[in-house]
Amino acid sequence: MTETCCQRFSEKQYQELDEVIAQYQGKPGGLIPVLHRAQLIFGYLPKEVQIRVAEGLNVPLSEVYGVITFYSFFSQQPRGRYTIGVCLGTACYVKGAAEIVEALEEELEVKVGETTANGDFTLMVTRCVGACGLAPVLTIGEDVYGRLTADKIPEVLKRYQGTAE
Amino acid sequence: MKLYRAHVLVCGGAGCISTGCKAVLDRFTNEIKAHNLEEEVHVVETGCIGTCDLGPVILIYPEGVFYKEVSPDDVQEIVEEHLIKGRIVNRLLYEQPASGGQIPYYDEIDFFRKQKRIALRNVGIINPEVIEEYIARDGYFALGKVLTKYTPEQVIQEIKDSGLRGRGGAGFPTGMKWEFTRKAPGDKKYVVCNADEGDPGAFMDRSILEGDPHSVIEAMAIAGYAVGANQGFVYVRAEYPLAVQRLENAIEKARAFGMLGKNILGTDFSFDLEIRVGAGAFVCGEETALLASIEGKRGEPRPKPPFPASQGLWGKPTLINNVETFANIPAIINNGAEWFRQIGTEKSPGTKVFALAGKVNNTGLVEVPMGTTLREIIFELGGGIPNHKRFKAAQTGGPSGGCLTEKHLDEPIDYESLLAAGSMMGSGGLIVMDEDNCMVDVARFFLEFTQDESCGKCTPCRIGTKRMLEILIRITQGKGEEKDLELLEELAQTIKVSALCGLGQSAPNPVLSTIQNFRDEYLAHIRDKKCPAKVCRALLQYSINSELCRGCGICARECPEKAISGEPKKPYHINQEACIKCGVCLEKCPFDAISLT
Ligand SMILES: Cc1cc2nc3c(=O)[nH]c(=O)nc-3n(C[C@H](O)[C@H](O)[C@H](O)COP(=O)(O)O)c2cc1C
Ligand code: SF4
Ligand code: SF4
Ligand code: FES
Ligand code: FES
Repeated sequence: MTETCCQRFSEKQYQELDEVIAQYQGKPGGLIPVLHRAQLIFGYLPKEVQIRVAEGLNVPLSEVYGVITFYSFFSQQPRGRYTIGVCLGTACYVKGAAEIVEALEEELEVKVGETTANGDFTLMVTRCVGACGLAPVLTIGEDVYGRLTADKIPEVLKRYQGTAE
Repeated sequence: MKLYRAHVLVCGGAGCISTGCKAVLDRFTNEIKAHNLEEEVHVVETGCIGTCDLGPVILIYPEGVFYKEVSPDDVQEIVEEHLIKGRIVNRLLYEQPASGGQIPYYDEIDFFRKQKRIALRNVGIINPEVIEEYIARDGYFALGKVLTKYTPEQVIQEIKDSGLRGRGGAGFPTGMKWEFTRKAPGDKKYVVCNADEGDPGAFMDRSILEGDPHSVIEAMAIAGYAVGANQGFVYVRAEYPLAVQRLENAIEKARAFGMLGKNILGTDFSFDLEIRVGAGAFVCGEETALLASIEGKRGEPRPKPPFPASQGLWGKPTLINNVETFANIPAIINNGAEWFRQIGTEKSPGTKVFALAGKVNNTGLVEVPMGTTLREIIFELGGGIPNHKRFKAAQTGGPSGGCLTEKHLDEPIDYESLLAAGSMMGSGGLIVMDEDNCMVDVARFFLEFTQDESCGKCTPCRIGTKRMLEILIRITQGKGEEKDLELLEELAQTIKVSALCGLGQSAPNPVLSTIQNFRDEYLAHIRDKKCPAKVCRALLQYSINSELCRGCGICARECPEKAISGEPKKPYHINQEACIKCGVCLEKCPFDAISLT
């Protein structure tokens, strides 16, 4: 069986998605909220999920695809257990966020946009998480870390490493 | 309401959460219980108090004592000393950046004392999750007032008379926008709150939504009554999960209290709200793009006119205002247009919230009357530049704005003066830069941002900003030529007049503004191949000072490129051709003999 087979996800996940779709069916403007929830359920938005959403909401698949590719928040690739978002907003940039990115790339041995080999982390950059007073800032999941310096990076990462259930 | 002897306000804003305020809050609850003070002392979790880099911060009333960087281990001492014995815990007090002197009281600290809080009137004071606390501070009074005493036209007149201008960027008169939407023909109308807050470096909208969500809900209901809408949407960016959560909670409470939903406060006016979460596209802050996104489409802007006031969401007349604009509304209705006009400048009445960030001692949110000078904001409220560095520039208006320099320090800030200085108000991000920031690099940073965020719909924006970015990158790499400056200016003018939406039209601003104010710095990169601020790496050289070098050879051993050579006990030397500028040698030299110039 190939990687892309439909058996990847459980029936339960699809059921959950169908319930979300039912909530928004017939309501105008439901596509983006449904995609948000779908990404929460599946972790990302592969083709088969896109098809399910398109059919469920009765919109063309091309439109679903068009929306997913437009918004940087939606991902068609699986992500690591944790997504690290280094803020590259202005406040963080003038306080040395570029060095934080470099330190992470070195520590995790990935480039921005990539996922570590063990599947722990995906490294991303974001534009301002609204904690500019604490610049430079990064987020891991919903946790925010501020007043960073490159040498604090290993310590921050340690809290998440090897925490797989 | 129950009376307490003392209130402990623990900041639960996003900044303080990241520095551990939840644990502090828990410890307070426990300690107060352990000391049997539950009937006397009330602990409140508030929104952002404003000084996020000092977090977790707390305030204790009635005295108004401000404590910073409070850890859970400090809590027992605060309870036993301050709350029981009435003695202030000195080691946790705020220190004046210049003198190092301690200031115990909130209202004596310049950062707070010089503010005038209207939009932020409840932020950092009430618990945003408890609607009763909002109501206790005149919350929903304005809504009751307009529904029972005002016609929609009178509400609009009041807002027009107040002179309130949109806080989302352009400063368009709010009352006029309301009037256009009211007068636009249509059976169904909408009210939309723009909480996309795209300017990287601004977080006032986030703070209002997290710290005082009811003020926005109340204002949107008032707006709905004024323009004739029964449905509203709040469009919040995906990066603000806590804001979404607090707003959701507040909407539910408002419904339960009859402030939203059918027949609000027993009148025949009905109005309800829905939240829409963005998905990471800066251009969605632009109003037509935002509306497309609420409709579930790609967030691409469209030409205006027609303006949203006549054709907005699903083609219906739509009022769209920014979070901070809305937060002003209940205060204006309660206190009157006349009161509002007395604050600020003639053309820009009221206050503006600025997000003070970058190289400044007190970073955080400040709300000051329009017309306050940059000097007051940076050097009095902000406490000046850290580490005795020199002020170089302040960037306002985000990627659409420009920079202000020393010569602008004493200008009263309002919409007009910022435009005249080649910048703009934008949403109120104010990033301070010191001598260590390279202005060419900053211009490159902003252009990279807009290039990244361009939706690609129109060519001037998509291709034009790309050309400009390429030139800037060349300059920062020492490959620039003098005619590049002219070329940049030419491209900038073309993009400004031909791009479709505000993103493209304003994208060249940071470049134009830095060329205008820091031409010498550009020329240093181009002619002398030097970066005076020592930021542009390609233009820097590592070199060994032969007087300080003791010839230990550590650098030569550590250099990954074997670019350093020499004999023991004699000064070593770097082969610039081979050096990749990794900086390892500078870090390893035990005698500080290596420098970057
Ligand atoms: C590229 C671009 C981004 C914008 N981003 C925002 C934003 O993040 N928040 C906002 O309130 N307005 C933003 N605006 C302005 C909106 O288009 C609109 O003018 C504003 O929401 C109107 O509200 P106001 O009159 O209360 O200011 C942006 C405009 C442009 C061109
Ligand atoms: S480590 Fe320092 S002192 Fe030693 S050779 Fe290198 S530059 Fe000279
Ligand atoms: S900066 Fe790096 S490559 Fe250059 S001389 Fe020093 S150690 Fe070697
Ligand atoms: S710029 Fe990084 S949090 Fe705002
Ligand atoms: S989040 Fe606590 S002061 Fe801003």
